[in-house]
Amino acid sequence: MVEAALFFLIVVAGTAGELCVSRAMKSIGEVHDFSLKSILSFVLQSLHLPWMWLGIALMSLGFFSLLAILSFQEVSFVVPVSALSYAAGAFGAKAFLGERINRNRWIGIAVVCIGVTIVWWSRK
Amino acid sequence: MTHTRRLQLKTLPLILISIVLGPLGNVFLGKAMKGIGSVTSARILDLVPIASRVLASGYIWLGIACLLGFFIAHMLLLTWADYSYVQPATSLSYLSISILSYLLLGETISLLRWLGVAVICLGVFLVGRTSPRTTGAPNRG
Repeated sequence: MVEAALFFLIVVAGTAGELCVSRAMKSIGEVHDFSLKSILSFVLQSLHLPWMWLGIALMSLGFFSLLAILSFQEVSFVVPVSALSYAAGAFGAKAFLGERINRNRWIGIAVVCIGVTIVWWSRK
Repeated sequence: MTHTRRLQLKTLPLILISIVLGPLGNVFLGKAMKGIGSVTSARILDLVPIASRVLASGYIWLGIACLLGFFIAHMLLLTWADYSYVQPATSLSYLSISILSYLLLGETISLLRWLGVAVICLGVFLVGRTSPRTTGAPNRG
């Protein structure tokens, strides 16, 4: 039960956090050069966005849940199972970011979910 | 050079960096947390001493440093590429996490688990062949 609750937080809070960060990033716009100066100004810019902070808070919750579960489960089990965030990410990106998920992406995501199921069966 | 081609030229190296740093970070976190012992209580009083032991672990900070590098690469990617493209593409890391847990943590990975990871990577491959961006370019300078 604890394990399921932790996986839920890793997947849902983690994915929601990434969607918030992605929303913040898209409002800054595409990064064209990779000089230290422009990367620093990019990081500073991002810290002024509320979406960024909400994203960081949610991702932190997901991160602490990950730490907790890693204290008693194997890394090679936990990380692949958390790939469930693909399905969550696709639904979220469609609803929240207006991204169009075409048929091929849906098929890929479905295959990932099958893989996660197989990894789940290998649970010790 | 087409715009899509140019996007791919800067997208691929950053994805590669993500694939190595992210899993390495998780492996270090796993190593640190196994040293702490099982955390299953959500009571604040139980969590305080655990948190202090976690913060004192060197591996935690090594893991966080790797994940920070991963996070910056990931943020850069997200400024031009779709989230639903970046997330699956960087997730070839499921293969590297299995290899790293086997090599660095000595975890035994059953045939079933390798099969599951391979299927996940196949799914990743299918998604990775779609275009990096489906929405418009809002702030093109």
